[in-house]
Amino acid sequence: MIQSVFKFIQNKLIQTVEALGEVILFSGKGLQGFFAKPFRGLELVRQFEFVGNQSFFIIALTGLFTGLALAFQVYMGFKVVNATNLIGPVVALGISRELGPVLTGLIIAARAGGAMAARIGTMRVNEQIDALDVMGIDTYNYLIGPRIIASIISTPLLTALFDFFAMAGAWILVVQIVGLDSAIFWDRIDQIVQVKYIFEGLFKAAIFGFVFSVICTYRGYHTKGGAQGVGEATNKGVVSSMVTIIVLDYFLMNLIRMYYHLIGVSS
Amino acid sequence: MTDLRTQLENKEVFATELTDIWKSFDGGNSFVIKGLDLKIPKGSLTAIIGFSGTGKSVILKHILGLHRPTKGSIKVLDHELGKMTDQELVVFRRKFGVLFQSAALFDDMTVLENVCFPLIEHTPLKQEKIIEVAQEKLMQVGLAAAHFNKLPSEISGGMQKRTGLARALALDPEIIFYDEPTTGLDPILTEMVDDLIVETHKSRPGTTSIMISHDLAAAFKIADFVAMLDAGQVLLSGPPEVFFNTDIDLVKRFVNKGMKLQ
Repeated sequence: MIQSVFKFIQNKLIQTVEALGEVILFSGKGLQGFFAKPFRGLELVRQFEFVGNQSFFIIALTGLFTGLALAFQVYMGFKVVNATNLIGPVVALGISRELGPVLTGLIIAARAGGAMAARIGTMRVNEQIDALDVMGIDTYNYLIGPRIIASIISTPLLTALFDFFAMAGAWILVVQIVGLDSAIFWDRIDQIVQVKYIFEGLFKAAIFGFVFSVICTYRGYHTKGGAQGVGEATNKGVVSSMVTIIVLDYFLMNLIRMYYHLIGVSS
Repeated sequence: MTDLRTQLENKEVFATELTDIWKSFDGGNSFVIKGLDLKIPKGSLTAIIGFSGTGKSVILKHILGLHRPTKGSIKVLDHELGKMTDQELVVFRRKFGVLFQSAALFDDMTVLENVCFPLIEHTPLKQEKIIEVAQEKLMQVGLAAAHFNKLPSEISGGMQKRTGLARALALDPEIIFYDEPTTGLDPILTEMVDDLIVETHKSRPGTTSIMISHDLAAAFKIADFVAMLDAGQVLLSGPPEVFFNTDIDLVKRFVNKGMKLQ
């Protein structure tokens, strides 16, 4: 009994390591494919438009309401200890370092990542990827590379947009609704929040963009079966991306702290 | 036919030579292809036939370089595929044209754009010339100009096959592959596609056509070389008449049953 449990765990571990290795190799091929000739400028622009431009409204909206809700909760807590003048920096730190990149990553993984997995999966089951292969077209160069690069660049830009609208939401609640002084709100943020915190969030967002695009394109590219296979690939792609983003966020946070510690900068 | 026989007897050039091919998808526990040998004469219209699950499509993917054999050698147009890198294979496949079972048209491109696509990718031609060549290919396969700007979803299955064939012919390939070209089509459309394959083959002397099919009547009617697969091996190959004079029981049953069904 115990032996079979160990065997089961061992097999699962081996499968996980193998799957991870395959995804890493796939991401390498995707990146290598993008930098191989010919340069797929038009395809890259199309993916920017799809990942970035088409996500603009949803990110602005969620950013605004996240800022409103977070500022309200912080206000409720800080009012008790008479520290309402710190609402601005607390919200700004929370948004720029954690909530901005994580929520943007999750939203874009669900919207754009899901669509990537479904699109590439459909191309796989309809033999369109085989058609590209036999036409002598490098599918990593044409399909995978531009999607990964567009996601790596678009996700930090969308995170900056999320941060902006979240802070606008926080300002509306704190200044316009609660009635605190606008100058104090901005002055405290200016005193406490450093530019490096914003870049820290944007760096994490770029990693999340890389992660969800690799996972979703990998799932789509290896789709098997018909419509059911496409559905499964999309579902697995989105769920794996979301879980990975949340888990990875914790490790990235610690890595960044370690980096600050190594270079002798306070975090 | 005599030319083909002479070619075979004199061991002249073959479009593809598969020697002792073995293929396993599960690390060697079971084999889908078991020591298969097949030589397809250059310039022939070859049909690869067999029951479902005998490895026809797997063999096609090996010849296209989409699968690599577990063991064995594949020579296509005198090039050993096993010695090529993935990148070299990508370039080499430009010598192929493939009509897929589902036509495999890009659904976000119009009919004309689908045919233009390989020309844009692989030729230095200017846009006007590319459009001219693509229109010419579409007309060759009998597609009316009124359909050129339609999306694949807006045209019939037969038109999709014609578009797929025009795209396959766009780069004037040396080998044209047809993967189950008439599966799922009605009898009239099936005959139209069969005629199209013959016309395309005749209009391109020297081009080799390889068709994967379970449509026996069509295979024996249009092909000048037939290979029957069973259990991952070639059971019998040669000109169609060989199949009617064989003593191999399985072939006799397959041919009789197939011809009756037609």
